[in-house]
Amino acid sequence: MLDILVPDFRVIAPELILIVTAFVIIFWELITRTARHGMSIFLGAAGTLVALAVTASLAQKTISTFGDALVLDPFASFFKMIFLVGLLLTIAISTRYMVDEGTKDHSEYYGLLILAVVGMMVLATGRELITIFLGLELMSMSLYVLAGLFKTDVRSNEAALKYFVLGSFATCFMLFGMSYIYGIAGTTHLRQIGRAIAENPALLADKGLILGMFTLLVGFAFKISAVPFHQWTPDVYEGAPTSVTAFMSAGPKAAAFAAMIRVLMEALPLMKTDWELLFTVVAVLTMTVGNLVALAQESVKRMLAYSSIAHVGYILIAFVASVGGHADRALSAILFYLLAYTFMNTGAFAILIFLRREGISGEKLDDFAGLSRRSPIGALAMLIFLFSLAGIPPTAGFAAKLSVFYAAVQGGYYALVVIGVINSAVAAYYYLRVVVVMYMQEPATEGGYAGTSPLLWAGIALALAGTIVLGVLPGGVLEAARLSVISLL
Amino acid sequence: MTDAVALVPLFPLLAVLVNLFIGKRLSKKAVGILACGAVGASLGASVLAVAGLMAMEVGHRSVEVILFPWIVSGGFQVPIGFLLDPLSAVMILVVTGVGFLIHVYSTGYMHEDAGFARYFLFLNLFVFAMLLLVLGNSYLLLFIGWEGVGLCSYLLIGFWFTKDSASDAGKKAFIVNRVGDFGFILGMLLIVYHFGTLHYGQVFARAPELFHAGDLPMVLITALLFVGAMGKSAQLPLHVWLPDAMEGPTPVSALIHAATMVTAGVYMVCRSSALYELAPVILSLVAVIGCLTAFFAGTIALVQNDIKRVLAYSTVSQLGYMFLAAGVGAYVAAIFHLVTHAFFKALLFLGSGSVIHALHEEQDIRKMGGLKKYMPTTHRTFVIGSLAIAGIPPLAGFMSKDEILYEVFNAGKGTGWVLLWIGGIVTALMTAFYMFRLVYLTFYGESRMDEEVEKHVHESPPPITVPLTILAVLSAVGGFLGIPVIKKWNIMHNWLGEAFHAAAEHTTEAATHAASAVSHLTVELGLMTVSVVVAVSGILIARTIILRRPALAEKMRNDYSFLYSLFLNKWWVDELYDLTIVNPLKRFADMCWSVFDVKGIDGTVNGTAKVANVSGGVLRKLQTGFVQNYALGIVIGLALMLVLAFF
Amino acid sequence: MQEELILGYLPILVFLIIVTCVGAGMIIASALIGRKNPNSEKISTYECGMVPIKDARQRFDVRFYLIAMLFILFDIEVVFLYPWAVLFDRFNPVIFGFIEMVLFIVILLFGYIYIWRKGVLSWS
Repeated sequence: MLDILVPDFRVIAPELILIVTAFVIIFWELITRTARHGMSIFLGAAGTLVALAVTASLAQKTISTFGDALVLDPFASFFKMIFLVGLLLTIAISTRYMVDEGTKDHSEYYGLLILAVVGMMVLATGRELITIFLGLELMSMSLYVLAGLFKTDVRSNEAALKYFVLGSFATCFMLFGMSYIYGIAGTTHLRQIGRAIAENPALLADKGLILGMFTLLVGFAFKISAVPFHQWTPDVYEGAPTSVTAFMSAGPKAAAFAAMIRVLMEALPLMKTDWELLFTVVAVLTMTVGNLVALAQESVKRMLAYSSIAHVGYILIAFVASVGGHADRALSAILFYLLAYTFMNTGAFAILIFLRREGISGEKLDDFAGLSRRSPIGALAMLIFLFSLAGIPPTAGFAAKLSVFYAAVQGGYYALVVIGVINSAVAAYYYLRVVVVMYMQEPATEGGYAGTSPLLWAGIALALAGTIVLGVLPGGVLEAARLSVISLL
Repeated sequence: MTDAVALVPLFPLLAVLVNLFIGKRLSKKAVGILACGAVGASLGASVLAVAGLMAMEVGHRSVEVILFPWIVSGGFQVPIGFLLDPLSAVMILVVTGVGFLIHVYSTGYMHEDAGFARYFLFLNLFVFAMLLLVLGNSYLLLFIGWEGVGLCSYLLIGFWFTKDSASDAGKKAFIVNRVGDFGFILGMLLIVYHFGTLHYGQVFARAPELFHAGDLPMVLITALLFVGAMGKSAQLPLHVWLPDAMEGPTPVSALIHAATMVTAGVYMVCRSSALYELAPVILSLVAVIGCLTAFFAGTIALVQNDIKRVLAYSTVSQLGYMFLAAGVGAYVAAIFHLVTHAFFKALLFLGSGSVIHALHEEQDIRKMGGLKKYMPTTHRTFVIGSLAIAGIPPLAGFMSKDEILYEVFNAGKGTGWVLLWIGGIVTALMTAFYMFRLVYLTFYGESRMDEEVEKHVHESPPPITVPLTILAVLSAVGGFLGIPVIKKWNIMHNWLGEAFHAAAEHTTEAATHAASAVSHLTVELGLMTVSVVVAVSGILIARTIILRRPALAEKMRNDYSFLYSLFLNKWWVDELYDLTIVNPLKRFADMCWSVFDVKGIDGTVNGTAKVANVSGGVLRKLQTGFVQNYALGIVIGLALMLVLAFF
Repeated sequence: MQEELILGYLPILVFLIIVTCVGAGMIIASALIGRKNPNSEKISTYECGMVPIKDARQRFDVRFYLIAMLFILFDIEVVFLYPWAVLFDRFNPVIFGFIEMVLFIVILLFGYIYIWRKGVLSWS
């Protein structure tokens, strides 16, 4: 019988900091009974920054603890940084929106955002199926509540309920798959699963294992909203509060990718041929469906929801390329893409929030009419975000797409690249349509905006800086991403 | 100290940024100080860096400062870095030095212009791009600078964009340069293909290992790079843009279209000497094109009546000299002439600007004359510049031109090379003639100005005359950088020698070859005498025809009317291009637009968009909004996945 | 090893089968052997001797669910105390195990305070 030793808390140091932050935020409000947002925002941002600093200081380390159930490696650290940057951006752009919407539940809002990030971090560090499941549920539960934060708004309620029901449904599949894998490999630890399969190659042909893997992947595919498990995405993204949508479309997806990459790379690398074909089909479907349906949208928020589906398709190209190409380049392209997407997508949503004022949601295409005249800087920022989403140089989106396609070309997946490029061309249409409306149409109504907060501008500026810096100087970050995925291979 | 090289392009860039954001709010004085100060600081940094380079051991004078990795894409890496070696050292000193004087001059010249801040924004941007061009450590950086200066040139030629001729000239310059750039890009691609890198050091080190002299890849690469140089340095047949470029403000003509940018092609050929030495055919082609251009542009300059156009054709002609030198392997001579030319041609352009300014934008030399008494400083400096370019010893032009002619003569590879030398000498004669035709028509003889104009003629203010004086001094003594005959005292040779290892062998070989036939010294002194005689006779002819016997000019014009109109109309090259290239291209473009674009491409694009839109609409219907349908979708998806896996 | 693993679950399978058999057997047996004398009074819904007035399937106040859920939450979390108690002597150092459980309880306590201060427990 082994002793239960004190674990190495450095592994979960940022998580612990965030948990404490969330508790303090919630209890500060309970005790003082204030209805003001200021303290929550301050505490949230401070906790995030401290967590970011701690993560950065540990970025080079590889430590595992809790009986190897949690591992802090550069891979996990890179993802943690993505989540924390996303959280920071979300907090910055939420402030004015939450005040304007007049919600009283601000401490819950920031607390849940932070707890969702804790869940994501557990997903990225977990090296064991149960732990991964725990992280996934912590993240999902927080998001279900966040989607329904506006209790009096029917759309928000609908979004929360749909997300909850379908999310639970997908979770069932995931648990089902995990149980099969556990049943066949005899362990839930990823490395040990990989070893068990390697030692007994007969397992590779085991239908139970394939069934288990595929049902597990259904769960992940649901979380990253890959076609055909994407249908919840537009409804939920449209109904949820805009700041929550901005948050949901970047971080949680990245977290699901992190866990999926780790599971497939550490536990099931020998089943490559099976999931290569699967993801090839899914990638093509995801890109195409996402882009085509986005074309037909009139609501910018919904358009961005579909575009986020399409972007998952591009990322999946790189995932496929990790099988036949240089795995380190392909996986680092995913990491880079997710980071770039966090900046540009959150930025685009920030502009939606910026546009919102009395009587106008800021979500319709018409709301953008003549923005260049009403707010030249806002229009310019949106232009850069849209260019980046469309993949036009010299923005982060271009560098990300380039690295993804480059990885695919190296692996010889020419057909996928061609489909990807055609899809990018289609996507350019609906992004540029917004630009046309912004710059070439007369404003439908006169009038300024509800007072913008400096914090919102700071968020937009940070997103802009990320979008441009990653676009102009992608080399360093790409190399960091490459170094951080090497430990998985 | 050599690290200061990183600061050299930084100052102009900073000035550009400041000017871009708050330029409109600054006073003209502040903008002028900012712009001049930036280039001055850049000059200081250059001097510091070059001093550091001088302190280094001979033979190891090469410093690479890597700033940051820019593109890291697998094996293909492009770091942004600066290469400081004797060649780039000479170039940055010329660019920042002459550039600084012209900036100062511009503060006086452009003072009344509404676009003062915009002008200096472009001018600083130009200096930045030019420094990037000469300092870059790879062909890619060179190309970025190359395109940057092209852009600035376009912006500055069309600076007075409300004038049709100016904006047309800008477009012409840009388009003709694109033709050259096309070749340049192809050349770069071939370099990447064969060497896997664009870094100078690596390319030049590997070239002799991978290829023998005359191998096809080397011939192709050098030929394509030379096409780029032809565009940028206005060599036949891509010279047509430079004379039109005189539509820009005169200081711009001095800086960009005489002293610096147009010499970029010469710099590039010299920088790539290691490659050109491996392609003797192309080297000969460079020499022939250079000689032809020098002669051809000289003939046109003989009869032009616009003061700036004469100087423009003279520039084309002098650039021809530089290529002639590079073509016979005398890279040092080419760079030497580049430096002296920068001095005296900048001087001449600025002088012409001073004249034009004084005469209220009059550029026709037939409406000038007798300006000597009104503008003493301008007159004096202009004459010094003219003497320099004509090749009167011991002024700068004599030293460098004589060295080129000597090297051409000594290259000695048969009668063809003698023809090149003869071409050079004849061009020298023409140079002396047209320059002094200009001097006599402008400053001497009777005044032919309008009375109204004559009343207001005055000497220019100090910001204009001081740079003129400095440049005049440089034009006078600059030649002593490359004293002929006594090689030990030839600073230029000693300094640049190590930059051209491969070339050095070539020339020594030629020199020994020549030395075996005739005594070295005799030849050199003999050639010098010939040059001087030619230059002096050119001046005397001009004096006779223009000042003493104007009737003779009239008679010649009638007797050789064909030649006269041939030269006056610039050999009808523009018309030829219009007829054979521009107009057919326009017609073809029209056809492409009406048939190809409207019917073919637009049709296809619209069709595709329609298909995409319709299918988007259909797919949207699947989004019913019912949770149970979505759940069903998930189950069907899983079922399909399992089908995919098991069957 | 795999066989062993699955064999280890055999008692559960047997247990499931027996339970199913017993449950189903009772219903089936009573349906088969029970006497049936239905009349209108006997098959009507029993409502304290009164005539039924409406359907039995009606909505409950959501607060019932809330209380029930909270009860289950705390109930399940208390279950964690059992394995902890069993493994207590294997914590090294022992104080570490103690502190961990204290933290666990404190977090639960925080949750309790939260619902209390939010007014979930007050019925009115």
